Amino acid sequence: MASLDDLKKRIASVKSTQKITKAMKMVAAAKLRKAQESAEKGRPYSEKMNNVILNLSSGISDKENAPKLLAGTGQEKVHLCVVMTSDRGLCGGFNSNIIKKAKSYFSKILDENKEIKIITVGSKGNDQLKRTYGDKIIENISFKESKNANYFDADKVGKIIIEKFEAGEFDVCTIFYNKFKNVITQIPQAQQIIPLNDEGNENSSDESYEFEPDEDEILSNLLPKNISTQIFKAMLENSASEQGSRMSAMDNATRNAGEMVDKLTIEYNRSRQAAITKELIEIISGAESL
Amino acid sequence: MSEEFKIEIVNPEKSFLVKEDVSEVVVPAFEGEMGILKDHISIISFLKPGIIKVSSKSGDENYYVEDGIVEFKNNNLSILTSSIYNLSDMDKSVQQDLLKKAEEEAGKSDINDQAKYLVDQKIEVLKTLN
Repeated sequence: MASLDDLKKRIASVKSTQKITKAMKMVAAAKLRKAQESAEKGRPYSEKMNNVILNLSSGISDKENAPKLLAGTGQEKVHLCVVMTSDRGLCGGFNSNIIKKAKSYFSKILDENKEIKIITVGSKGNDQLKRTYGDKIIENISFKESKNANYFDADKVGKIIIEKFEAGEFDVCTIFYNKFKNVITQIPQAQQIIPLNDEGNENSSDESYEFEPDEDEILSNLLPKNISTQIFKAMLENSASEQGSRMSAMDNATRNAGEMVDKLTIEYNRSRQAAITKELIEIISGAESL
Repeated sequence: MSEEFKIEIVNPEKSFLVKEDVSEVVVPAFEGEMGILKDHISIISFLKPGIIKVSSKSGDENYYVEDGIVEFKNNNLSILTSSIYNLSDMDKSVQQDLLKKAEEEAGKSDINDQAKYLVDQKIEVLKTLN
């Protein structure tokens, strides 16, 4: 049995850990509110953008000559995967969930004898993927300096992707991120952004539009923007998910620490009482023997 | 009979402006300024740098934009833009900064024609603001 002093020290250290996790939980809760707000505020833009593009692409009659960002390169040989994770740890299963999703996708693609290239956004993803897929990672982007997700950063990532696409480095691009459902649930998502997936096309109307200048020109200008917008959306969802995940992880940690303190305190009291009893027995039996 | 329609300006961060009682909006479309009134035909167009003028009962408002997309449908005007400033509370220093950046951009040698045209536009508009 550990000595009284050891137990005392352990209780103190668990208590101070509990203080830290509690503080982190509060910070995450405050940040979550902000992140959630901006994720919700950012939704109209990406939704509208999507709508416009759906309307435009349904209006295009000549699918053969459609911009490559929309129609694809005609083959699916090289897959670019953009794995978006956080820069900081201690957020529960947030990063591992994305990585797990990404890895299962990678092995599926590799089984089909296709090539993958990986861009990691956020250093945690890079750390986890480096070991198995180190040679596949072509770029690692991290926005440690930016406090909040902003469009400027998203645009940077978008430009890199487009640059690589135009250089013919890949055919299909998929982004991985966590979609924020609520504080406890974040759903890892794989979203194909090049070529544009027109699933969920139902809400596009048949109404015809006037275009100025013509459709092709609008599309070729709009599609790169859409990439950045989708990345930005993913970043916003991700940051809300990260804070949510951290909050519930830290909440759990605080509760566990509390349980541990209780258990240790009982043990401490018990061994203190045992020591007293032992001393008493010694005194009594000493007195009796006289 | 009301001659009003709805306008919504959104940027990536948030919904910038929503108004239900707009009578006329003038946008700097790519191929020239375009005035939009109620029951305009459905249209999609881009913006070049310029001034968006929103007229409503409560008076005129002017916004400076650098790029964006306009969609008009069923008397709903949506403007998507990544850079928009309200002229009435836009700082002179912000304008100066933008102008400086634009001039730097225009001075680059590897700029293509379309980008050059847009930057020139930007400079022109910013100069008239000052």
